[in-house]
Amino acid sequence: MTERTPILDILTHVFLILGILVTGFPIYVALVAATLTPQEVNGLPMPMFFGDQLLVNLQETWSRADLGLQLFNSAVQAIGITIGKVAISILSAFAIVYFDFRFKMTAFWIIFMSLMLPIEVRIVPTYEVAANALTPFIWLGEVLGLDDLASWIAGERVSFDVKVSLLNSYAGLIFPLIASATATFLFRQFFLTVPNEMCEAAKVDGAGPMRFLADILLPLSRTNIAALCVILFIYGWNQYLWPLLVTTDPSYSTVVIGIAKLMPSPEAVPEWNLAMTAALIAMAPPVLVVVFLQRLFVRGLVESEK
Amino acid sequence: MRRVTFDGRWLPYLLLFPQLLILLWFFFWPAAQALYQAFTLASPFGGYAEWVGFENFTDMVSQPEYHKAIWVTIVFSAFTTALSLGLGLLFALFADRVLRATDAYRILLIWPYAVAPAIAGALWTFTLDPHSGVVAFALKTVLDWGWNPELSSFDAMVLVVFAAAWKQVAYNFVFFLAGLQSIPRSVIESAAMDGAGPLRRIRDIILPLLSPTTFFLIVLNVVYAFFDTFGIIHVTTEGGPGDATTILVYKVFRDGFIGLDLSASAAQSIILMVVVIALTVFQFRFLERRVHYAG
Repeated sequence: MTERTPILDILTHVFLILGILVTGFPIYVALVAATLTPQEVNGLPMPMFFGDQLLVNLQETWSRADLGLQLFNSAVQAIGITIGKVAISILSAFAIVYFDFRFKMTAFWIIFMSLMLPIEVRIVPTYEVAANALTPFIWLGEVLGLDDLASWIAGERVSFDVKVSLLNSYAGLIFPLIASATATFLFRQFFLTVPNEMCEAAKVDGAGPMRFLADILLPLSRTNIAALCVILFIYGWNQYLWPLLVTTDPSYSTVVIGIAKLMPSPEAVPEWNLAMTAALIAMAPPVLVVVFLQRLFVRGLVESEK
Repeated sequence: MRRVTFDGRWLPYLLLFPQLLILLWFFFWPAAQALYQAFTLASPFGGYAEWVGFENFTDMVSQPEYHKAIWVTIVFSAFTTALSLGLGLLFALFADRVLRATDAYRILLIWPYAVAPAIAGALWTFTLDPHSGVVAFALKTVLDWGWNPELSSFDAMVLVVFAAAWKQVAYNFVFFLAGLQSIPRSVIESAAMDGAGPLRRIRDIILPLLSPTTFFLIVLNVVYAFFDTFGIIHVTTEGGPGDATTILVYKVFRDGFIGLDLSASAAQSIILMVVVIALTVFQFRFLERRVHYAG
């Protein structure tokens, strides 16, 4: 502290606590709602203190929305996206930093340009690819005349018009979301700070590139990887638009989608107590990750956005 | 300094293969498709597509609904960015003052970042629900404000801005706090010795030194408001009432998936892509400047 200003200090704490209260207010309301009966929730005004229906609401929400399965699906999606992004980003950053090859800059620009194609601006065609994952290959086949070639070889009409749908599958939830330019840049940036001598020493000792990656680079990047994983887990868990499109079968629905479906509709009596119970459960995993891994989270956030 | 590299003819391509495969498959192919669809008129059930040049774009740009969506997006992004940047900076300035307690305050202020936009929307829909929400009730009894985001465009906009900013304050707070804590204490202390009070120091020293962070955050906040708030809009207002909260991204989704107007949706996608490209270039320009400041 630069100077002694007791009044300003008190004001600081008062303001911060006020901020925390306002920030936490909707959670408090949701927690209270989760313990009330439907009649109490819809009463005007709603009681502002806890009731005794928490277990009843939990049980009802759990069975109604099939929360166990949805939480599992969310976990699969979040963990799949995290592992996938980290793995393919490390490999591509390694290739770009530690090899000289002809199309290095091309590869770099392809990765960079993907930053400009967020899912929101290409939803319809991405959905079409997910609905039939082979679309690009069928097109390629037509353009290159592979259909005709195969028909000529086989002596009868052959078509590559096979349908592989990623809709309602874990692959569909994960694969279209695992490319990552930012993670690649993050690892590239980090690899560039690793001294040249490390690589030289490894080469002198006769280690090949993969050995160097596994035994030297990965152990050195441990903290970076962990920090990035925290951010990516939250990113994966909180996905909404893509799972909304790609999962129509409730058995592949993620919990965030499930909650949105539990929101009261204009036609029925609102069951806010259930919707809020479910919302609290759905947000618990990422929030707990932030609270318990605060330092890693902040590090990951600041680094991955740079 | 030249990097030491490994020899390998095929290995680098093999290492890049998974990333490039996913990118070409799920990013560039769909983007090319969007480009194609934007210049053709297709039947929603596939098959036949006719080349129409810029017709989809001119149709789109002349539609009053599209003008409205642009306007709604600008209002929504401006207010969300201003509110979340302002509060984030204010909290960071205060938290930076109390160094010992910063960790505790930080945890208590940053957790909303981890809440999914859709769930943030659900929480605020409930709190501000005109029939059973506590805040809506308070507004009615205390201010005699017949709050109803289902009917009033203004109230609906307040609802989505509030939910979007609530989530984003945490994010700005983290970056502002990191920026503040990287300002050398000696600079602040010497200003204090020269007799500059806290407000004067904020205005003449801290804010100018924070300006690279602020520029960077403005771009990221605009990107957030433009593209990451789909879940909030979908859960709270579904773009209504009327089109009062239909931002551009939501319109792409609605025209494409509910209206099944692929060409219109694709044309809008392409326009949005141009926006993202502009924002990305802008962001990297500023990043370069930021490196310059530091060095």
